[in-house]
Amino acid sequence: MTNVKNILLVGVGGQGTILASKILSIGLVEAGYDVKMSEVHGMAQRGGSVSTQVRFGKEVFSPIIGIGDADVLVSFEMMEAYRWLEYIKPGGKVIVNDYKIPSVPILMGNQEYPKDIAGKLSAKVDTSVLAAAEIAAKLGNAKAMNIVLLGALIKAMHLTEIDWESVIRRALKPNLAELNILALNAGLNA
Amino acid sequence: MKKLMTGNEAVARGAYEAGVSYAAAYPGTPSTEILENMVLYKDQIISEWATNEKVALETVIGASIAGARTIAAMKHVGVNVAADPLMTFAYTGVNGGMILVSADDPGMHSSQNEQDNRYYATFAKIAMLEPSNSQEAKDMIKIGMEISEAYDTPVLLRMTTRVCHSKTLVEFAERENIQKKPYIKNVQKFVAVPAVAKKLRLNLEKRLKNLEEFSNKTALNHIEWNGKSIGVIAAGVAYQYAKEVFGEQASYLKLGFTYPLPMDKIREFSDQVGTLYIVEELEPFMEDQIRGAGIPCIGKEKIPAIGELNPDILAKALMGVETTALEYDKSQLAERPPVLCAGCPHRGFFHELSKRRNIMITGDIGCYTLGAMSPLNAMDSVICMGASISTGHGAQKIFEKFEENMKVFSVIGDSTFFHTGINSLLNAVYNKSNSVVCILDNRITGMTGHQDNPGTGFTLQGDATNITEIEPLVKAMGVGHVRTINPLNLNEVKESLVWATSQTGPVVLITRWPCVLKKLSNQDKEEFGDYFSKCQVLEDKCTGCKMCIRTGCPALQFNKIDKKVKIDLAQCVGCEVCKQVCTFNAIEKVGKTDDEC
Repeated sequence: MTNVKNILLVGVGGQGTILASKILSIGLVEAGYDVKMSEVHGMAQRGGSVSTQVRFGKEVFSPIIGIGDADVLVSFEMMEAYRWLEYIKPGGKVIVNDYKIPSVPILMGNQEYPKDIAGKLSAKVDTSVLAAAEIAAKLGNAKAMNIVLLGALIKAMHLTEIDWESVIRRALKPNLAELNILALNAGLNA
Repeated sequence: MKKLMTGNEAVARGAYEAGVSYAAAYPGTPSTEILENMVLYKDQIISEWATNEKVALETVIGASIAGARTIAAMKHVGVNVAADPLMTFAYTGVNGGMILVSADDPGMHSSQNEQDNRYYATFAKIAMLEPSNSQEAKDMIKIGMEISEAYDTPVLLRMTTRVCHSKTLVEFAERENIQKKPYIKNVQKFVAVPAVAKKLRLNLEKRLKNLEEFSNKTALNHIEWNGKSIGVIAAGVAYQYAKEVFGEQASYLKLGFTYPLPMDKIREFSDQVGTLYIVEELEPFMEDQIRGAGIPCIGKEKIPAIGELNPDILAKALMGVETTALEYDKSQLAERPPVLCAGCPHRGFFHELSKRRNIMITGDIGCYTLGAMSPLNAMDSVICMGASISTGHGAQKIFEKFEENMKVFSVIGDSTFFHTGINSLLNAVYNKSNSVVCILDNRITGMTGHQDNPGTGFTLQGDATNITEIEPLVKAMGVGHVRTINPLNLNEVKESLVWATSQTGPVVLITRWPCVLKKLSNQDKEEFGDYFSKCQVLEDKCTGCKMCIRTGCPALQFNKIDKKVKIDLAQCVGCEVCKQVCTFNAIEKVGKTDDEC
């Protein structure tokens, strides 16, 4: 697994993890990497915890990774970062959206949303907390938080040489592309 | 041109390139996107949603007998439904090439079991291919068609979740110009009466011998020599995991054609390596056969047979390598189970049903299976597609025989009713059932991501089509007590449940309201109107009694500090279920949602 980089993107169904992974994968393929991407469908779409794995390098075999294998964990939601933390390689990096989505047991008052997740993460691993939803909302639509996070990931992985604007223009409809390019740049500069 | 594709997209592309003319499926994770992507090749391939997997396979058999290359696709449990035609089509063989794609779900990401469908190849005595990535999935459709036609056999293409749903690079090719084979009436081949079947049975054994010869020769089964102290025999995605773990430390016999196994090639390989590992997910399918041939090997004594594999599990099992991972206190994590969406039409129905006493609720497969979860807790059993009505009938008969005061409610969705529920209802009518059948018609196949079905008015390829209306259908089947109700109107639901309980003979309650995520057709808009709006809580009236919270709507949040409920306007669609539940009139409607919701 030495030359292969492993990225794990997690969040809650409907947050746009799959679109972010898709743009990431297209860019990596065009840069000449072998790429494998794996996602979980089905029950997870109904507000459950979702994950996508992207692996890239000279030659990639397995499409999936196990516990302790991810170089970077990008979490679109606070508590999900904590749930998936065991997938991080010791010495890896966490990029987490400063955004909370309470799950149904929390909404019902049966369980508590864990306190100070950012602190808990930072105590274990190199953690960047990013107010991606706020940044995206200022740009015009909070939903673009996924691409803000993608920008931060690209910066952390030193993949800025790839022409991401062009990838976004081809992957999205023109009316969405402009906003998402702003979101990408906001993430790159965050 | 190289493109990143899922295994499912690659199968559809392979069908296009291999000159397939007809494909059918019933949706089921992880197989659904195969037929959804087949629509891209609408000009070349007729692709259809069948009403169930048996029907899908039979339509494909007909198309093969008529002379075309054909594909049927289904999830692993779907092959159980299709097993009847499969076992005999294995006898008759094909005219145009035929591939059955079985998408297995090791780890049960979204299935009720993790059966290993490779045994269907041995059971039916047909050829089997197992791709390990998307390129192979595409290529195996082409070569599978050639095998099918050359050896006169249906071919099982066995995929798994990680092959179906992982994107890997695929090289495209042009569509082959495949001529449709002429249809020639051939009673001695296709009429499987006993006299014919006895002859076909002998052919079946000859064909297997020929296929084993092919298996030993084909490049689909090839040796990659590296160091010889460790030898690995692997197929499917497990091959990729083995490569990840052993790299060039081991030699590989990579199997793409896995039934019949290439026993000569396996012997040639095993003779030259030190330790021989058989790396496969789920059951010891290859291992048992290899061991049976007298070849010593290591497999399931070390590698788990339960659940999915991954490189870490293999490395630990075979090399004793423990992964180092961060340790932390997970006890503070709250669960995040999948839930019925805000505004889901099933919620109101389950809320009322769950309040009734002395009832058994037999469930079925679909989004509404989530009604089993807390806080609704409105389900007693779930077995397989269509089973709600038939298991409910059996249970009701026993409660009555032993004079127990229990009423059975069978809960089934529209698409599942069309799948196999119709048979079960016919049985309930015929055998004078007193159970109550509730057909939750949300006007679409929900769980697998909104596929059309016989009730929606559209085909897979997007054409307008005939609509089967459920109410006249069940009446025609002989059900005397039928009501169609609005599941969002809780009084109507409650009153209908009381009415249904008091009837003798089979009762059918149809709840009719579209899935909240459905893109409404013009006909839907005409029938249901523009009903989206918002609700909000009047804080001075909210007593914090949590009655509304017990509907399990994810748009409602109970604030422990001020003991009030808040409604998340981003999620709320104004279904008013919470408003009807509130006895303090503390929830009011506040108007329309914006367009994007």
